[in-house]
Amino acid sequence: MSAKIPENEAVLLRYQRARNKGSEVLWSIFRYILILGISFVILLPVLKQISVAFKDPLDIYDPTIYMIPVNYTMENIRLAMNVLDYWPLLQNTMLFVISTTLLATASCALAGYGFARFTFPGSNVLFALVIMTILIPSSTLMVPMYLHFREFDVLGLVKLFTGKDGVNLLNTYWPSLITSGLAIGLKAGLFIYIFRQFFRGLPKEIEESALIDGAGGLRTFFTIMLPNAIPPIITVLLFSFVWQYNDTFYTSLFMSDSNLMAVKIASFPADVNQFLPRLLGIEGTEARADPNHVSMIVDTGILLAIAPLIILYLFVQRNFVESVERTGVVG
Amino acid sequence: MIKRSFTLSQKRSLLGILFILPWLLGFLFLFLSPFLQSIQFSFSELKVAPNGYDLSFIGLDNYHHAIRIDPNFNRILTESVTEMVYNVPMILFFSLFAATLLNSKFKGRALARAIFFLPVILASGAIEEAQSAGLIQLTGSSQIAQELGEQQNGFDPMILVSILGNSGIPLGFIEYIVTAVNRIYEIIRSSGVQILIFLAALQSVPSTMYEVAKMEGATAYESFWKITFPMVSPLILTNVIYTIIDSFADSQVTQYIYETAFTSQNFGLSAAMAWMYTIVVSIILVVVGFVISKRVFYYN
Repeated sequence: MSAKIPENEAVLLRYQRARNKGSEVLWSIFRYILILGISFVILLPVLKQISVAFKDPLDIYDPTIYMIPVNYTMENIRLAMNVLDYWPLLQNTMLFVISTTLLATASCALAGYGFARFTFPGSNVLFALVIMTILIPSSTLMVPMYLHFREFDVLGLVKLFTGKDGVNLLNTYWPSLITSGLAIGLKAGLFIYIFRQFFRGLPKEIEESALIDGAGGLRTFFTIMLPNAIPPIITVLLFSFVWQYNDTFYTSLFMSDSNLMAVKIASFPADVNQFLPRLLGIEGTEARADPNHVSMIVDTGILLAIAPLIILYLFVQRNFVESVERTGVVG
Repeated sequence: MIKRSFTLSQKRSLLGILFILPWLLGFLFLFLSPFLQSIQFSFSELKVAPNGYDLSFIGLDNYHHAIRIDPNFNRILTESVTEMVYNVPMILFFSLFAATLLNSKFKGRALARAIFFLPVILASGAIEEAQSAGLIQLTGSSQIAQELGEQQNGFDPMILVSILGNSGIPLGFIEYIVTAVNRIYEIIRSSGVQILIFLAALQSVPSTMYEVAKMEGATAYESFWKITFPMVSPLILTNVIYTIIDSFADSQVTQYIYETAFTSQNFGLSAAMAWMYTIVVSIILVVVGFVISKRVFYYN
């Protein structure tokens, strides 16, 4: 009699364990299916573009070919690079994006630190204004900004010294450089907010001991605070880089004629239509470029445009996630 | 002694002003002055002259024109707002779901994370534009290009509609789910940053809470609603606001305002439109912020 109850319990226990195990396995299978599905949705366009980039035009009309081309070719990439004028374009874009990114990060770090650690008359009001710059849509400021940079003249200084009206800065890099350097450029409010949140989270004792040891405010910032602020710096650098690289709003507003990737890629389909016949050597004849071929080149060009970002991402994706976690945006 | 400490604190505040000086200059000259100017422009007619521009005050005419005369503005504005109202819950739900998914431990998590954040990098207006332009060229018309793009999904939503309909879910809700399924790519693409924020929030929830809940016999489902959800709820507000701003940043309205200014050269009208747009956005933000912050749970 007495042996029966433990036996029953043992069966029950084993049953429960098996059930737990079973539901765990089921859940993990379900999870993998979900993750695979979402990953597929994200990766499919990129994979399609890669497949198209290496596909020979011969394969376009072969319905048996799905993703993996039968005839490989580098011709698409060569043509797309030719139309885009790729390497000079990339160099130009990189120079522009890197300089604006560095300026934006520097100015936003300064402002974030200023708001986090100093109280001065109106500091709360000013920070509320930073939040306002995040919330106001950029289209509100578009026209005045455009006119402002068409005749750039701070307080009439240019007129005072040279007697001429302001300088036309449109179609130069200056509008973006100035706005990034003054922490008012692309999503700068957000970056200031990120830095402020991080600096507020750092212990005050670090600064106090530096002050007691005789370091001035600026020196404390550069030698003590900045080296401790690697996570937000990485976050801001990465986001600023990516957003600047992809930005079409400000680039088309201020620099519609410039040699920048975002501007070029927006007009790329039209360019391909115009230049492809010449590159194929059929210009002036009755023959026209096959529209499917044109769209192949367009896809290849888009892939070339995002390739630098993807390659960069392969190297920094670990930092991307971890730095945001450590930034303390969360509070 | 008192005097000296006063100067010290004054020194500190001067130093603080020094730190925010670049931003302050930028704010005054490149935000505040355009901001005020754009109010002025919206009440005037602006003519661009070879050097500078001429303004003439015309009162509320621009606003009147935008609402009553312009054939597209009303429609585009309401469309963008409804689309936003549609998209925000979907993006929010998906990003919280994806973040919970990515937060659990499994093999290949690093790879999954890398893939999930890829859209943050690739979401770009220019690329999208070029892609659709490519399709238009292929087919010769934007209508067909759109249909073709939809067909490429290769998914017939009617199956879903009949399944959900037979299980007795109200029709309006079915419509919403079906739209969500059809837009899944769009939703996934625009939720990268939101997933990132939720993921960071999830990581900051102390694990002791889950241990206690497990010992008390709570299921995973219960501990999600009783622990995870309240703990990340402050970030729901952040994410809603971010999503709203983000969805407005490259909406059709912005595009339309841009075209009004630079294609039709009607700067005053464009400023008036931009202002009405700003007011609509601010009202939405204030209402949403107020409603959500009432319900948010703050741990500290």
